[in-house]
Order: sequence, then C-alpha cells, then structure tokens
Amino acid sequence: MTGEVAVLGAGMHPWGKWGRGFVEYGVAAARAALADADLEWRDVGSIVGADTVRGGYPGYVAGATFAKALGWQGARVTSVYAACASGAQAVAAARAQILAGLADVVLVVGADSAPKGFFRPAGGDRPDDPDWLRFRVLGATNPTYFGLYARRRMAVHGDTPEDFAQVKVKNSALGALNPNARYRKRVTAEEVAASAMVADPLRLLDICATSDGGAALVLSSMEFARRRGVTEPVRIRAVSTVTPTYPNTVLDLPDIATDAATAVEPAPEPFRASIARAAYEEAGIGPEELSVAEVYDLSTALELQWYEDLGLCGEGEGAKLLREGATAPGGRIPVNTSGGLGSFGEAVPAQAIAQVCEITWQLRGTAGDRQVEGARVGITANQGLFGHGSAVIAVR
Amino acid sequence: MPRTRTPVVAGWFAGDGDDFTLLGTRCSACAAVFFPREDGHCRNPGCAGGDLAEIPLSRRGRVWSYTDSRYRPPSPYVTDPELPWEPYALIAVELPAERIVVLGQAVPGVTVADLAVGMEVEVVPGVLHEDGETIWTTWHWRPTGVAA
Repeated sequence: MTGEVAVLGAGMHPWGKWGRGFVEYGVAAARAALADADLEWRDVGSIVGADTVRGGYPGYVAGATFAKALGWQGARVTSVYAACASGAQAVAAARAQILAGLADVVLVVGADSAPKGFFRPAGGDRPDDPDWLRFRVLGATNPTYFGLYARRRMAVHGDTPEDFAQVKVKNSALGALNPNARYRKRVTAEEVAASAMVADPLRLLDICATSDGGAALVLSSMEFARRRGVTEPVRIRAVSTVTPTYPNTVLDLPDIATDAATAVEPAPEPFRASIARAAYEEAGIGPEELSVAEVYDLSTALELQWYEDLGLCGEGEGAKLLREGATAPGGRIPVNTSGGLGSFGEAVPAQAIAQVCEITWQLRGTAGDRQVEGARVGITANQGLFGHGSAVIAVR
Repeated sequence: MPRTRTPVVAGWFAGDGDDFTLLGTRCSACAAVFFPREDGHCRNPGCAGGDLAEIPLSRRGRVWSYTDSRYRPPSPYVTDPELPWEPYALIAVELPAERIVVLGQAVPGVTVADLAVGMEVEVVPGVLHEDGETIWTTWHWRPTGVAA
C-alpha cells in the first residue's frame, strides 16, 4: 500500500514565447508555488528538477540549476529526465522521498525555453540514436507521427477531421479562460479547417505548438500538512510511470518500427492504457469516479485516443463521447479544463507538472471560470519519447 | 569520377530490383524478429538469449497508416534549401509474417490521395538524396501494381 502526499502549493510562469532562459521561468513558478504553500524556500528539504534537455547545458541538471538560482540552502537535490513525462517522474521522485521519510517538504520544478519550429534532435552524427535516425532517414517530425495516429483512427473508428476540430473548439474556449495559457482566443471549426495542412490529415490548429513556460509544486508529508494546519489538502494518491511490455505493437516516437510479434503474443492492452490502469490500481479508484482529467493532446486526435485509454469510454467511442459533450464543461467528465496543450503549447519538462497544477486548482475549487463544480478526483495522463509515460491521480 | 551508391544506414536493406529487401535479425532461441536490426542481445524479456542472425523481412505488407510532410523537416534530414519544398508521403506498413509495422517514405509521385489503410504495398529501392560524391540509398514503399 502506497501512502498519500499533500500538495501544499502549485505555481506557474505563464506559457508563451518569451525569449528568455528557462531558469527564469522555473524560478518564477517555484516562487509562486512556495507563496501558494505559504512556505519559505529555506523550509524545503529537497528539490527535484525535470530536465530541460533542449535548453542547453545547465538544463541537464535542472534540480541543481533551480536550487542555485533560488539560492543554495543545502537541500537534497535530484534531476530526472523522461521526455514528456519528466515532470511526472519528478513528482514520483519527490513522493518517494516523502514516503520514505527522507524529506518533509519537496519542491518540484520544470521549465523550458523552446526553439522555433519543429523539435529536432541535438546536433552531430549519431546513427545509434533512434531520435537522430528518424530525422536522417525519414524526415519524420513529431507531427507526422500524430498524423499517422489520426489517419489510423479515421480508418478504424470512423473519426473525421471535423471531430478533431471540435477538440480544438472545446479546448480553445477553456484556454481563453486561463491566464497561464499561451493561446487565449476561441477558435472555430472553420478556422481549424482553414489552417494549413501540416501532416495529413492534421492541420496547424490540430497540432500543439512548442512554448516557453514553467510549473512547480510544493509537496509534503500528510503529517507536515497537518502540523501546518492544512486539514484537507489535495492529496496525490497515485503516480504511474510504467514502461511498455514487449512486444510493443503501437508505433511510438521516435521509432521507425514497432516490435515484431513473432515470439510473444502482444498484451491485449496498449501502452497508454496500461499507464492509466497502473494509476487506477494504485489509487484504488476507477474511471467512473473521476471528476476531471488533463490529457496530453499533442494533437486533437490524440485527445480522443486518451478518452479510450483512460477508460472514459469504450474503444473507438472517443469521438462519440466528445460529440455528446461529456468531456466539455458541464459534461460528465470534463477533459483539459486548462485548455490543454492546444492552448499552452508544449514546454516539455514543465507540462506534466502543469497538468497537476490544474488538477490541484480544480480540486481546491479555485479554478475560477474553468471550475468543475464539486471536483473531488482528478487524473493526468501523458506519453513521451523512448517509452515514457505517466499518470497522476489526485483527490480531495 | 562516378558517384558511389551508399545506404543511408548500413545493414538495414540489400539487393536490387525484385531481390531488394529490408534486413532484420532473428533470435535463434525464441524466433523474435527485430527491425531495425538488433545485433547485441534478444530484447524478448522471456528469452534467455540466442544467436541473432540476419534475415530478410517480407517484401509486401498492408498500409497500417499514412501521412505526409507538408513542411521541410529539420536537419539531419538533408534537403536543398535553394529548391522549393516538395512534400512526400510517409507510410507505416504492417508485414503479416513478422507482425511488425515499419515506417518508410512512399516512392516519389505517390501522395496521400493515392493511399488507403489496408492497401497492399511492397518495398523497393529508393534514393534519399544525392551530393557530389554519393547517392544515398534507402527503402521506399510502393503500392503493388504501380509501375516503377
């Protein structure tokens, strides 16, 4: 049985294209989270940084970079890298330290300063690096993988580009209400349809941008929260960071091929669904108990995929769930009340932390115009390169 | 001086014309197949590890999905910035014998409008790009029945 940890503080630096270093965004988010927790930086016993690989050398050791920028105070330090799941793995590391009694209060920080245009691998000839190979051999950018998944859904489940556009319509309306979002304008289905095709069948407004931004959380033991007089904190009940099982039969970034299924029969459950299941099992909570969910909408089509992988509906029923309004505000299970990646743009190491920030505010009832009434249970889900994925379940 | 023909990655494909195939490896102990080739150790977690021998992959398969690249991909993809960008299609193909999905570019001239999920395609030799000394070769997917 895993115990719970308390979320005492959540903070963000607004997403955008600000043109400054990632340390500044991370420090701003950290200070916001500390202020939200009513704690001083010197009260923090441990800092965990989600690494900023594309931000340059210091980012490879994000924990120490943020600790130095906040002012060395002797805290234990950890840095983690798990591609898009880096932020959740930072939460997992912090939780493990708290539950092991190594620290009472842990500060989790992720921030990025994203390049213009497509993500690309680091320079140099590296034929043993699958991320380098997919660009060198195929020119396969991230959006082309999103395009493959979207086309597959159209062929297998009958989804349409109009369904995908409705995800953008829903999420942009929520992003318009979120002061931390980069894109705060409502988008119509017609505007999606008129935007440039990037990777057929996906258009520019179906695909998430790359952004600057920072997010931070202050986590503590339940005992520490009680001592502080916080009687009913948001609690993290599960953090899933499972890997795929062999053979992995869904083509994942940055791979050129799936595993073959000649030797072993594939598991009936694909990787993304296994990430969610591990979180549900750890939390002792099922999808029917969720009030709100933040999922990784790298593309509009991928949000529909997550509905199914989280068990919000059956396989192939994602578009139907959307059309029914179940995932919109006022629906049975609102998804991406923050506005999602479509409204934020991806700031890789900050993104999974930002998802937990949104769930925290929803469960506290302080999400303002985006508030889901009476929210008690929230889940986040994401997937990154190299077999990384995560889901966090929080309750209040 | 004639230019040399060099595979963009060594050991991933071989042969000419109808003999052209992708090359993978196969574990002698558990029959797991790997592409891109695995030469170190079998990745089946239930296998103690056998010898990994090179094998040709099936030449034909069915389209699992497809897309295209409407914008110029970044380096290390090689393009001539002086020339206007010409989109190409990418096809993910499921090979029935190996039950593996392999991504590749479509032959030049085949666009997303020519493709459908489930369509039969075959692997053919192709050229990725050329420079002063070298013709860099690769594999392409081509719908069966389409002339070379």
